Amino acid sequence: MSKFKKKSEGGIPAISTASLPDIVFMLLFFFMVATVMRENSLKIQNALPVANQVEKLDKKNPVSYIYMGKPSSGYEKFGTEARVQLNDQFADLKEVGAFISSERAALREELIPFLTVALKVDKDANMGIVGDVKQELRKVNALKINYTTGVGDAMTNIK
Amino acid sequence: MAKRSAPEVNAGSMADIAFLLLIFFLVTTTIEKDSGINRKLPPMEEEDQPDVIIKQKNIFTVLLNGKDQLLVEDDLMEIKDLRVAAVEFLDNNGDKSCTYCQGPKDPTSSDNPDKAIISLKNERETSYAAYISVQNELVAAYNVLRNRRALQLGPQQGFREMNFVEMQQNYKDARFVGNKVKLKAVIDQIKLEFPQKLSEVQ
Repeated sequence: MSKFKKKSEGGIPAISTASLPDIVFMLLFFFMVATVMRENSLKIQNALPVANQVEKLDKKNPVSYIYMGKPSSGYEKFGTEARVQLNDQFADLKEVGAFISSERAALREELIPFLTVALKVDKDANMGIVGDVKQELRKVNALKINYTTGVGDAMTNIK
Repeated sequence: MAKRSAPEVNAGSMADIAFLLLIFFLVTTTIEKDSGINRKLPPMEEEDQPDVIIKQKNIFTVLLNGKDQLLVEDDLMEIKDLRVAAVEFLDNNGDKSCTYCQGPKDPTSSDNPDKAIISLKNERETSYAAYISVQNELVAAYNVLRNRRALQLGPQQGFREMNFVEMQQNYKDARFVGNKVKLKAVIDQIKLEFPQKLSEVQ
């Protein structure tokens, strides 16, 4: 009997998968923490442009979002021009003022002057609609705005 | 009583359950973008306001037309050159009252940073992407000057090697160790010395 007998016939031993759940849980927790559930489902295309001189949007103060862009596929009946979306539906320009009023009504009084309006505008939209919305915001005296952008080289916006 | 050991629970399917949850969160995740360019809109002007007279040389006109072409002071310009041109205009110091400017003191350009106004005009057909690029460059021009000033002022107040953008970040950062009151004073002073006077023509 030799002491150095070949161990077993099978070549590679099975890899232990006991730590697999741990790895998966780790990933799971990461995504659970990083997830922000979407408040609104978008009915428009909303690819944001990029800029590199950005400031972080202060989440301590209240933020209202106004979306603008072309209606996405499935909503072609609303036209091919850029539209405004407030909350969950397409809106008219005239409704912007009412939207801001309702957002303000939901806030505590001392926070109202700090309400920031974040404009999430598709990069293919043109300035006409953005200018109109800005004008509506001026009418209701909501002057703090933020052009939401991604972070990147601004030169890549223009092809 | 015979001691009965609890039967071991088979944990083999744990990975499957975790995967299921993981895939759910992977699919639903949208990492929200929460950064952008902050702007303040001008209030609605009242009817009976007298017109403010501003010297032509103190206005830096930037026009972005419907074909996304950039006209700066009536000359065609590439967006990549805008930052340098804006810095030169703001930093010019025509009346020599600004002690911290390094501009060429050209009497035909802006008097001092406090009087210098950048006027941005766009047309309805201008694309939003081009508009954001221009906004970005103009903000960058102010940041270039403010950063330069911060590096001059900071060391006197004990904030070494910190430019304006970092100062603002530190001021917002709860973990920042240092005198925040002092930091705020420096930030406010720089903002006063290089005020962001960006007017948008409707």
